[in-house]
Amino acid sequence: MATGEQPAEPTVLLRLEGVKKVYSLGDGMEVHALRGVSLTIRAGEFVAVMGASGSGKSTLMNLLGCLDRPTAGAYFLEGRDVSRLSRNELAEVRNGTMGFVFQSFNLLSRTSAKENVELPLLYAGASTKVRRERALESLGRVGLADRANHHPNQLSGGQQQRVAIARALVNRPRILLADEPTGNLDSRTSVEIMALFQDLGRSGITVVVVTHEPDIAAYATRVVVMRDGRVVDDHEQVPLTAVPPPAIVEDDAVAGGAP
Amino acid sequence: MNPWVTFKVALRALLRNKTRSGLTMLGIVIGVSAVIAMVAIGEGAKVKVAQAFDAMGTNLLIVMSGSSQGGGMRGGAGSMPTLTWGDLASIRTEVSSVKYAAPVCQTAASIQSDEQNWTTSIVGTSLDYFAIRNWPIDKGTLFSQADADAGAKVLVMGTTVAEKLYGAGVDPVGRTVRVRGSPFLIVGLLTTKGQSPMGQDYDDAIVMPVTTFRAKIQGGLAQYIPGVVFVGATSARTTSRAQRDMEDLLRDRHHLQEGIENDFSIRNLSELAGASQQGTQVMTTLLAAVAAVSLLVGGIGIMNILLVSVTERTREIGVRMAIGAKPRNILAQFLVEALTLAVMGGLIGIGLGILVAERLAASFQWPLLIRGDIIVLAVGFSAAIGIGFGLYPAWKASRLDPIEALRYE
Repeated sequence: MATGEQPAEPTVLLRLEGVKKVYSLGDGMEVHALRGVSLTIRAGEFVAVMGASGSGKSTLMNLLGCLDRPTAGAYFLEGRDVSRLSRNELAEVRNGTMGFVFQSFNLLSRTSAKENVELPLLYAGASTKVRRERALESLGRVGLADRANHHPNQLSGGQQQRVAIARALVNRPRILLADEPTGNLDSRTSVEIMALFQDLGRSGITVVVVTHEPDIAAYATRVVVMRDGRVVDDHEQVPLTAVPPPAIVEDDAVAGGAP
Repeated sequence: MNPWVTFKVALRALLRNKTRSGLTMLGIVIGVSAVIAMVAIGEGAKVKVAQAFDAMGTNLLIVMSGSSQGGGMRGGAGSMPTLTWGDLASIRTEVSSVKYAAPVCQTAASIQSDEQNWTTSIVGTSLDYFAIRNWPIDKGTLFSQADADAGAKVLVMGTTVAEKLYGAGVDPVGRTVRVRGSPFLIVGLLTTKGQSPMGQDYDDAIVMPVTTFRAKIQGGLAQYIPGVVFVGATSARTTSRAQRDMEDLLRDRHHLQEGIENDFSIRNLSELAGASQQGTQVMTTLLAAVAAVSLLVGGIGIMNILLVSVTERTREIGVRMAIGAKPRNILAQFLVEALTLAVMGGLIGIGLGILVAERLAASFQWPLLIRGDIIVLAVGFSAAIGIGFGLYPAWKASRLDPIEALRYE
């Protein structure tokens, strides 16, 4: 298993040790969402978490994203145990270390792409100047520098998701967590997003994608399969290289140049 | 996150829903403008009443003769003359809290100019009268002390009388009128004084020296004053003391033993004015209270809208939390939204309130009185409403679980 290689890899980013999560439904009923998960993820990995609904993959994602705390077990993020932090401390960890990408984009409506991307910096306390610069830089990284002042309803689904990725990247996070990021996108746009993720992985950002589509998982360097709150399979693979479809590249060229 | 950034975030959220924000603000606008307009109306009425009492006389006390008594039948105050000229002189010179004292003898008579006649009130008095009543001359002069000593046939005229005899805007000074058949020289025209609190026209009168009045208009007993005495106290604070001092003086002068009733009476007009002022004050408070209720309703409107807004924006709150907003950032955002609505509503309300007060003051011909403290109070109150009614929705928003909020449809 992957844990065996740990000593050889100095750049362990996060480590789960026997993590359990139990939800109490009142009147004594309990749901065991995670029944003891141990997992190590190194910097720069592109991990796909797969599993049927109810397998615990969303709960795992919430724990990895510091949106929730485990009932039992420990979660070391960059060597620090974050499993017992307060709500405020978790918010700081999320703001400084994580980037989130959602299935339904979750951009603020009637708010420009730039302002949406600036949002994490706002809570980090960055100055107006820094916010603007970093937001434009981040939008440039996802190829949307020329759409900075567009509102979400003026952008296509793929563009909206790229704005969301720009928002996730603006704080220069160590980990990007994506929950079904291509669930609302067509296959061509999905490949485009995967190409972006692979590119981020190469630049040292760890990407964790929750998906139920094997097509998407094929782009990852590692696949973790969940069932009934346990990891049932965890293997590395040679990823499929996501080649951005030529049509998109042409679109961008057209948008930037000739009418 | 500094307050300015929080404010900008809140403002942006409000601008995303302009109609709703505007309507929510309307409640506060109406409340604040109502409070300001109502208080201004009350203050205007108060000043109007105060002016009316001031027109009667400054720090005025009226001393009246006692009542006649015959066969068990008691006449009213002043029905039997008991005040002497000596009493008047003593009051004027011996009571330290009294500044002015003037006899006021009054009757109605017909007066004739060359073309017109008019029946009006004729007042015989001394020069103190004009000081007590705060009634300066507009054209010409007052009659002089020499006129008064000599019983000269001179008079000063109220504007209403002048208008009835000569027409509006005509200067009657230097003309002659006949009163009870005797020719009188008009030496002065008084300024317009307006109406008494009971609606009597002060300007419908002519004023002459009391000596002349007694010689030509109405005689009476030599020793007694055939009327009342107007007394002006040295200040508003000394009117009560002047009343007590005069009572002691007159009882002594009239040789009244312990246990015998006064054979005179003293009326303190500042007390009457005070009571009337209190009446308008109660009215003002009542109006302001009703207006304050509408402000409260406006506040509940803010809470209502914010609660809807929190529910509607659950996902937004979830996203904000996921990307690093702390509960207190969310709390601050919604609180500042409420505060912004309330304070902006308050400011607009002040403008509207002043406008309404101006219109009302103009139509009632009251002085426009906008009280600064009420404006500060209204803004403070609407800010307090913003915080008070925004707290619950904001707290609710800040307690949301980010996972639940993100899953919210």
